[in-house]
Amino acid sequence: MSANLSATFYLISGILFILALRGLSSPETSRQGNYFGIAGMVIAIAVTFLAIGNFGLGFIVVLIFLLVGGSIGAFIAFRIPMTAMPELVAGFHSLVGLAAVFVAIAAFLKPEAFNLGIVGNIKLASLIEMSLGAAIGAITFSGSIIAFLKLRGIMSGAPITFKGQHILNLFLGILILVLIFYLCKTQMSNIFWAIVIISFLVGVLLIIPIGGADMPVVISMLNSYSGWAAAGIGFTLENTALIITGALVGSSGAILSYIMCKGMNRSFFNVILGGWGASEQNSTSTSKEQKPVKNGNADDAAFLMKNASSVIIVPGYGMAVAQAQHALREMVDALKKNGVKVSYAIHPVAGRMPGHMNVLLAEANVPYDEVFELEEINNDFSNCDVAYVIGANDVTNPVAKSDPQSPIYGMPVLDVEKSKSVLFVKRSLSPGYAGIDNDLFYRDNTLMLFADAKKMTEEIVKSL
Amino acid sequence: MEIDPFIFRISIFILSIFVGYYVVWSVTPSLHTPLMSVTNAISSVIIVGAIIAALAGSDNEIFQISSIFGFLAIILAAINIFGGFLVTQRMLQMYKKKKK
Repeated sequence: MSANLSATFYLISGILFILALRGLSSPETSRQGNYFGIAGMVIAIAVTFLAIGNFGLGFIVVLIFLLVGGSIGAFIAFRIPMTAMPELVAGFHSLVGLAAVFVAIAAFLKPEAFNLGIVGNIKLASLIEMSLGAAIGAITFSGSIIAFLKLRGIMSGAPITFKGQHILNLFLGILILVLIFYLCKTQMSNIFWAIVIISFLVGVLLIIPIGGADMPVVISMLNSYSGWAAAGIGFTLENTALIITGALVGSSGAILSYIMCKGMNRSFFNVILGGWGASEQNSTSTSKEQKPVKNGNADDAAFLMKNASSVIIVPGYGMAVAQAQHALREMVDALKKNGVKVSYAIHPVAGRMPGHMNVLLAEANVPYDEVFELEEINNDFSNCDVAYVIGANDVTNPVAKSDPQSPIYGMPVLDVEKSKSVLFVKRSLSPGYAGIDNDLFYRDNTLMLFADAKKMTEEIVKSL
Repeated sequence: MEIDPFIFRISIFILSIFVGYYVVWSVTPSLHTPLMSVTNAISSVIIVGAIIAALAGSDNEIFQISSIFGFLAIILAAINIFGGFLVTQRMLQMYKKKKK
């Protein structure tokens, strides 16, 4: 196949990838979009085989590797529970990163296969592109591994900070750039290996200071990095499909990070530099005074909701941990039978990744047109009888609107306190991730339901 | 003077960033998780480079060092491609409208 023809096909597969993302603008078109994506991938792979034109033993071995990887991927995709989605995505990011590193290494070791010159005399531009691709890929890989371990609970979600951390990161970042400069001058392979190894280290150092609840930002950021790594390799290989995809994925991750940061009213750098509330946490817990709290049980909750005309449900990470989404749907079904109008309110940073709550509710067969975003539903709280807060905390704290001293001041929150009564399912009065007390617990219209989210919801179903 | 092909590639790259910007802003927030898994899958088009690397040698020297990195990258990218598209499909199938 001629180079021009294959370049045209790579362009087509790039366009199909754009259509795949375009499909996600609504759930109806999304499935079709996914098929576009698959078609784009099939074209890209088929064209690559045809362009190489070698259908001997090597081709068969490649197919075997492809199928081995594919079966592992398919197995994971069918087995993974929806609650484990954040760690799965983090894991997948790490694979993209590592694949980018491997391709860059292969290109460095055998540049003639990619038309980049010969060993010891690789084209300058290619050398810059492949070392950048390798560096970003390596950061994506090790960073995603740390994110994976934190999300999976193998590593504590608490931020790990030490003195001089940011200066060290800055130094290593500059060191990588200096090494790339010397690599271009000398073409020495040792420098290339050093770049890869230092980049692995940077990935680890970059993610360890970031706490568990900031993971939505981290995952989005790593998503973005994996895109830039792919684009870097795309430039090396002079491949349009890779360049387009890299740019798409890179900007996608960047936009998601921006949305997540805005949902917390924090700057991107504030999140990246890590350790929110790590110092405040101690001070607030010591100064906490005993305030009266109204305590209720499942029967009270069932009574309140049965007699309500409208109920808004506010899910959070706690719902995912307790796997309470199915019980929640049963509760809503029972309420609907009683003629209660029920809707769901989702805060942008609820859960551990963008859109986490929506997927869990969809899994429990909640129709997506009953689920609303913060801006869509926030005015409805004042007309609603009961707000049922399950596993969310900081995103409902009215302090964010009233107290300029509070670390979460200015963060957009759900106006839960405006509803006639609030049912707050929580295991204890402990503060949320931001380390601050939730004012909502002590309001007159709040009834605390101290229990595991799933157990409490199941009990409410029984008494309905 | 002829234009360096690199300029064409950087043009494609920059225009694609703009396309990505507008396309991703139009993604509905409830589908942000599928967005992440599908971007995962499509960024694994890096498998193209892995295949070139793996098939760089002739048939009697398939497993030279650079090809081995290619084969490893093929496995990683294939896990991502199949896993990414299939898990996205699985998620999207769950999004249903209210039964009327």
